[in-house]
Amino acid sequence: MTQLILFNVMNGLIIGAFYALMAIGLSLIMSLSDVINFAHGGFLAVGAYLAYSLAPYIGFWGGLLVAPVLTAILGLIVEKFLISRVYGRDPLYSLLLTFGLAFIFEDGTRYIWGAQSLPYQVPGWLMSPLSSSFFFLTGYRMLMIVLIVAVVAGLFVIMTRTRLGLRIRAGTLDLETVSILGVNVRILRNLNFGIGIYLAGLAGVLAAGQLGLQPTIGDSLIMPSFIAIIIGGLGSLTGTLLGGLLIGVAQGITTVFFPSASEAVMYVMMALVLLVRPQGLLGEEGRF
Amino acid sequence: MENFDLKKQTPNLIVMALLVTLPLWINYVSYTQLGTQVVVMGLAAMALNFLLGYTGVLSFGHAAYFGLGAYGAAMTIRYIEPSTGLGVIVGTLAGMLAAMLIGPMIVRLRGVYFAMVTIAFGQVFYFIAFRWNTVTGGDDGLTGWKRMPLDFGFAKLDIQRDPTTFYYFVLVIFVIAVAIMGLLLRSPFGRTLIAIRENERRTRFMGINVNLHIWMSWVISCTFMALAGSMSALLNNFVDPRAFFWRQSGVFVIMCVMGGMRSFWGPMMGAAIYVWLQDYLSSATPNWQSFVGLVFVVVVLFFPRGVMGIIRRKATE
Repeated sequence: MTQLILFNVMNGLIIGAFYALMAIGLSLIMSLSDVINFAHGGFLAVGAYLAYSLAPYIGFWGGLLVAPVLTAILGLIVEKFLISRVYGRDPLYSLLLTFGLAFIFEDGTRYIWGAQSLPYQVPGWLMSPLSSSFFFLTGYRMLMIVLIVAVVAGLFVIMTRTRLGLRIRAGTLDLETVSILGVNVRILRNLNFGIGIYLAGLAGVLAAGQLGLQPTIGDSLIMPSFIAIIIGGLGSLTGTLLGGLLIGVAQGITTVFFPSASEAVMYVMMALVLLVRPQGLLGEEGRF
Repeated sequence: MENFDLKKQTPNLIVMALLVTLPLWINYVSYTQLGTQVVVMGLAAMALNFLLGYTGVLSFGHAAYFGLGAYGAAMTIRYIEPSTGLGVIVGTLAGMLAAMLIGPMIVRLRGVYFAMVTIAFGQVFYFIAFRWNTVTGGDDGLTGWKRMPLDFGFAKLDIQRDPTTFYYFVLVIFVIAVAIMGLLLRSPFGRTLIAIRENERRTRFMGINVNLHIWMSWVISCTFMALAGSMSALLNNFVDPRAFFWRQSGVFVIMCVMGGMRSFWGPMMGAAIYVWLQDYLSSATPNWQSFVGLVFVVVVLFFPRGVMGIIRRKATE
């Protein structure tokens, strides 16, 4: 029993880390540009499929490095030519735009790579358990955790220690003033979008090794990411990270005792947070 | 009708004339069921627009209430009593009740945050319908039931087999619902909602309880949405969890925008275009989803005011 719970908590942490990776990207875009990127799941799928197609040429590790970067470049292009055109208009339009993009991405990946799910080859030695008593702890899972921790840590360094991060954080508070101070807001929003999409692409590659590939791969991850943001508090990256891990673990534990409620539990958590602390666990009051 | 203004009533009269005569001409362009589909989706879009266009609140989770209406009607007919009327009532009340309960949690939120929370709450019902196989039929949907003929005691109306009779049944419900929404919008209550849309802070300063008004508008909108959902279940004699799915919420929003959110009949127009377009595309290409996505992008970038917006601009020029 202890091992079963431990297994599911571990599982939950990994799933939660995925949610957090998605949610942090979404949250970055949302707080600087006031855009809910419904196409985030679509970008995740593109990252996963790119890694799949590149793997025969540059191998698993090459794909892991290159695919998220390519996805981010696609993100920069989409932002530059489509999404940036609706900034400053009613947020309704940016939502509809990314909504339409989500349709196109999903259908596009299905058109290019087919509707059936594809296996994604992970180096064999990564798939074997590290020890026999902790059978669930495969090398791949360890790799995912290490990578996600490294990337999130890197992001926090960027946000707190570099000029770009400082400007992004200032921009989320008061974009107009940042613009008056001589920062090119257009480029700032573009780069910020790219960072968010990079995280989605990375989540896609990692998810491909764990879940396999199908065009709707992003669909099951996007709703929990929204909830991670709501629970953690919009505008707080630490909060979003915490929110993602919390719902992941809660899901893991619920799976042990009441498997059919494993999806419902995060909605219950969201309702509780909204009732008790509408701004989210670490969100600031009065932002929304 | 003391102050019947013909000029103001012209749009209403045109729409009504088109809808009442629809079974006479629809077969030249399409088929009756598609006409019924337009009326059902038109009701849904107009219900959403009550909140979206007239109160200025961004809901992206309305599919949930559409789905509740659909499942409420279907499950009532399947499990409780094979009565169309009871099904419609239960479905509508189910949507209303859910909206009343969820409302207090969301009325404090605004803008994209409101949109995100409504969409997340909507998914709850999707998962319930998806997971609770034994009752809802899970992913396969709920079958094994049919809309029943209406029995008024003195007369029977066979809406089950005759599509034209069913169309008029839906149309009567549509007209009643739309008339109620129209009257509400012309009342002081409706004017208050528009004031909230135009300037929330100023409305608050006037001593109006903004959150309470948004809650009321939300409940009204969701109730009519559920009514539309129950009609949709009757139309198809079938429901499945996709009625709840968040993509469907986006479709309702695009109907409003495509037709024109600032116009009373705009969403109806948007619904007609969307339903027809989807019917055409899904039979013409397997990649119809991409085209639907493209429609979203094109509408947002080039026609943000919708068809009615364009017509109006042409009229004022």
